[in-house]
Amino acid sequence: MYNFEFERPSTVEDAVRALAGDEAQALGGGQTLIPTLKQRLAMPSKLVSLTGIDSIRGVCVADDGAVCVGGATTHATVAREAAAAYPALAALAGQIGDPAVRNRGTIGGSLANNDPSACYPAAALGSGATIVTNAREIAADDYFQGMFETALEEGEIITEVRFPVPQAASYQKFDQPASRFALVGVFVARFAEGVRVAVTGASAEGVFRWHEAEAALAKNFAADALKGLSLSADGMIGDMHGTPEYRAHLAGVLAARAVAAA
Amino acid sequence: MTSVSMTVNGKPVSGEVEGRTLLVEFLREGQGLTGTHVGCDTSQCGACVVHVNGEAVKACTIFAAEAEGAEVTTIEGMAEADGTLHPIQQAFQDHHGLQCGFCTPGMVMSAAALLKENPQPSPAEIRDYLEGNICRCTGYHNIVKAILAASGQDANAIAAE
Amino acid sequence: MPKDGGIGASTKRREDIRFLTGTGNYTDDINIRGQAYVHFLRSDVAHGRIKGIDTAEAEKMPGVVRIFTGADFEGVGGIPCGWQVTDRHGAPMQEPAHPVLAQGKVRHVGDPIAAVVAESREQARDAAEAIEVDIEDLPAVIDMKAALEDDAPKVHDDLSSNLCFDWGFVEENREAVDKAIKEAHHVTTLELINQRMVANPMEPRVVVGDYKRANDESTLYTTSQNPHVIRLLMGAFVLGIPEHKLRVVAPDVGGGFGSKIFHYAEEAFCTFAARKLARPVKWTCTRSEAFMTDAHGRDHVTKIELALDKDGKFLAIRTDTHANMGAYLSTFAPSVPTWLHGTLMAGNYTTPLIYVNVKAVFTNTVPVDAYRGAGRPEATFQLERVIDKAAREMEIDPVELRRKNFVREFPYATPVAVEYDTGDYDATLDRLLEMIDRDGFAARRAEAAKRGKLRGLGINCYIEACGIAPSNLVGQLGARAGLYESATVRVNATGSISVFTGSHSHGQGHETSFAQVMSEMIGIPAEQIDIVHGDTANSPMGMGTYGSRSIAVGGSAMVRATEKIIGKARKIAAHLMEAAEGDIEFKDGQFTVAGTDKAVAWGDVCLAAYVPHNYPLEELEPGLEETAFYDPANFTYPAGAYAAEVEVDPETGKVTVCGFAAADDFGNVINPMIVEGQVHGGLAQGIGQALLEGCVYDESGQLISGSYMDYAMPRADDFPAFRVDHSCATPCTHNPLGVKGCGEAGAIGSPPAIVNAVVDALQGGGIDVTHIDMPLSPGRVWQAIQGAN
Repeated sequence: MYNFEFERPSTVEDAVRALAGDEAQALGGGQTLIPTLKQRLAMPSKLVSLTGIDSIRGVCVADDGAVCVGGATTHATVAREAAAAYPALAALAGQIGDPAVRNRGTIGGSLANNDPSACYPAAALGSGATIVTNAREIAADDYFQGMFETALEEGEIITEVRFPVPQAASYQKFDQPASRFALVGVFVARFAEGVRVAVTGASAEGVFRWHEAEAALAKNFAADALKGLSLSADGMIGDMHGTPEYRAHLAGVLAARAVAAA
Repeated sequence: MTSVSMTVNGKPVSGEVEGRTLLVEFLREGQGLTGTHVGCDTSQCGACVVHVNGEAVKACTIFAAEAEGAEVTTIEGMAEADGTLHPIQQAFQDHHGLQCGFCTPGMVMSAAALLKENPQPSPAEIRDYLEGNICRCTGYHNIVKAILAASGQDANAIAAE
Repeated sequence: MPKDGGIGASTKRREDIRFLTGTGNYTDDINIRGQAYVHFLRSDVAHGRIKGIDTAEAEKMPGVVRIFTGADFEGVGGIPCGWQVTDRHGAPMQEPAHPVLAQGKVRHVGDPIAAVVAESREQARDAAEAIEVDIEDLPAVIDMKAALEDDAPKVHDDLSSNLCFDWGFVEENREAVDKAIKEAHHVTTLELINQRMVANPMEPRVVVGDYKRANDESTLYTTSQNPHVIRLLMGAFVLGIPEHKLRVVAPDVGGGFGSKIFHYAEEAFCTFAARKLARPVKWTCTRSEAFMTDAHGRDHVTKIELALDKDGKFLAIRTDTHANMGAYLSTFAPSVPTWLHGTLMAGNYTTPLIYVNVKAVFTNTVPVDAYRGAGRPEATFQLERVIDKAAREMEIDPVELRRKNFVREFPYATPVAVEYDTGDYDATLDRLLEMIDRDGFAARRAEAAKRGKLRGLGINCYIEACGIAPSNLVGQLGARAGLYESATVRVNATGSISVFTGSHSHGQGHETSFAQVMSEMIGIPAEQIDIVHGDTANSPMGMGTYGSRSIAVGGSAMVRATEKIIGKARKIAAHLMEAAEGDIEFKDGQFTVAGTDKAVAWGDVCLAAYVPHNYPLEELEPGLEETAFYDPANFTYPAGAYAAEVEVDPETGKVTVCGFAAADDFGNVINPMIVEGQVHGGLAQGIGQALLEGCVYDESGQLISGSYMDYAMPRADDFPAFRVDHSCATPCTHNPLGVKGCGEAGAIGSPPAIVNAVVDALQGGGIDVTHIDMPLSPGRVWQAIQGAN
């Protein structure tokens, strides 16, 4: 990889300052960024590691019941510590990558990257989470802006992700056989005020809400309610692992399974 | 160049590294600990798994500078000083859980992390946990047996899957 | 009961200790003072003409020692091919030049254009990025059939076409086979693809070239399965270094599976550069680079026709295969689709007429060569798939159809040039059926159906030709090498033994199993015996490890050398005990005189050989060291029967392997634990091919499956526990140990079992799918289901 300066600040303020320079980039757990750097596909002049900032690590439950996950919290920590408060979220975190990856990879890193096949975007969008940064709060519905695109500004750091806890939820992931990322993953969450269905892995635009399914499930939260509904293959990803039609089909199957499991 | 210090296999070590120096490079080239291997460049094969502060980590996907002050354990730190194998190492030999040996250090380190979390895993739990460790030789069968045995269970329980 | 440490014992592996403690010595662990690092600038287009290479800026970059291009290799030999196939019309195959660094054209993504030697890896890479290469893109040919069209772009301008050869086997059978198929009661036809595979040993290739100018000696440390072969090919054909000035060391090697047999350009480059620069030069391949430089495997497109009579008796087989050679001929590439494939088309059956046609084709892809099984998996897959299809079409039980056609009399000369020395195919099939509870399958299928899953059972047989190979025979078939093996047995003065073998262990456990054979023969504990391999400075000329040949050929060489040792030791013992040589008996490390209580121990005889005070010096030389070369009289023919039970999720297309059983006949077995491990590993690669793996190029020749992100390596949770059995043993009749070899069986026998099982599952669920091409990924299975509905 190209060389760069490395900093590991211990406060958000210092991190923001360190990121202010040209071509500085934040480093979460590095589980995606480091392989990218090895391929020399990125050329930051400085990497600012967020793993030394204690204040943005950990899982807690807010007064309103929301599960709050610090931006630098690892997947393994979420899998362990969110299990009681938000089991579907914990289960999702426990399916990302592999154990060693989960010990390093962070929720902030995953959401900032917004890989179209990542799991966390489905949880954030499916839960209607709030992405909290050093500067502001962003609703998940406004945050995801297409493949690898988010509402984050240069140098903005995800400090926390706040998940409202649904009455019932489930994430169903269908593995891409090689990378074990989601070939398609569907997160279904039932709230008092409605149902949210978020699909990852399928669309070339990244994670999206399946509004038709949400409407049907709001009326009748049962797998059968999805019968007859289908997603269009237009805009779906097609690659050696599956055609757009296959991905569209899988989203329907997984949504039904998520409803059944929720 | 910046200097890093950490404890590796119980011994304090330090060295000068570039920002881009990976922990695995620091261990292999800086410390001569060549037991930790590199088998891929996409963080999937797991031949480089070591423990950082007691947790399994892919040493090819963490910068040396990120391990500043950490306690690092590599495959070289698993056996006793007199050469007595760690029970997991011994089980791998007893059950032929390795062939070419290249993935083995990572497998042993992952197995150790698994048994710390889950002292009596089922065969399915073992297979699931090894998602990030690729072996091309063994078909995993004898690795699963070895880990069952290392956890004090009957290695033949693999047949009951 | 086998003796602990002797033949038949599951002795724990001695080599494990270093591997388990992180103290192995792999090539990348070797660093020589003063070494420089090389980075290869590789083509990112599949086909192009090099108009210019400007290294001026790069030369000025920090740390650069020297930059080499193809021009530096003018007058240096190209990478040679070790096998020449003669085509149907008697002409030799077309054999293109294969320069160490590209000259004039690049022919696949990954073809090396320039090599930067620098003080560090990153500096070499930095400088490589500063090299300006002017390449004129040329249209690429990727598809084999398209490559044979008249107007197809030519991979090699100086060849007449992209056809390497058009091989007919046995050509004299062609008309008789055509006639039998035309007149048969039933003909089953199947078109299939045996997809391109990447061997992916977990250790990527590494090369360190070293040169001592004072002695004009080169040493090459390399990740090889056969260091002597590399020394011969590189020394004699590429660089012109005589053997006595060239040492090749293959230390601990982290798996090979065929991909580390071949002589690669990087080996020649590092040796060449070390000589030019008079300093060590090291190259460590990354996994991404491995995908575009390690020789790939398989890549056959086949049409097979099987003619049967009304009772299901096989009458004739005709196959038409296109075999991808890639852009250049790798070391043994031409042998794989021909002699390692055509000769196996009889399988376990008495089919009297067989004709195999193979068109080998150049394309703008990475060269293709042997991968675990090499040719034999391709033969087995098409044969066992077409038999399954025929059984379904003729409504005959697939097991019974196979039994109707088994070879039962041995030796059996097939119509495809080989003679099976021994076997018992009923025995392994019977054993398999005992293992899998076939009668209970219907209940298991019904239970799965309740869960919405389609359960299927696939069974097949296989046979392979291993213990490669009789030199005089392979010489007639085009091999440019002999395929004997060697061993030197050095008995030390106190009786301990070092065996120097030409075989190479890269996971197979020779250090343990070869020592077991020695312990059994000499009667001393295995701990007193060391097996040394992997260094041309130590071992006599050897041919290395591939084709399941180590114990059958290398082990036999060791036995022959040891027989010489025992013969001499017997003479020494006779002298020491003042007895006639004919009265000397040797057992458990003791020489005795028959009918007396006179005895002398092994160690005393050895000591006498090296301290020859009381010794028949007029008749015998002192010392106790012997070398043998063993050239096998025939191939060995491991065979067996395999079964897979799978479940298909019809909603997603996902296939789950619920059970896999293998009943193999390997003849005699030295270490059952190691043999079972070899079968497990082979099964994982075969099942991996059937369900997960596949190397994919796009139309422009870009490698789509260029990393583990897209090339699906099997993981632990892709497999069930395997059930393996090797209790049915018909010992090989022509080697001294009665062994057949076990390294490739699993990879050869398992793909058809999986595909047969998936087809059975779908058919059982009323979905009329007769074939799906591998890998049977969820997407493909789902697509097939949609197509049938």
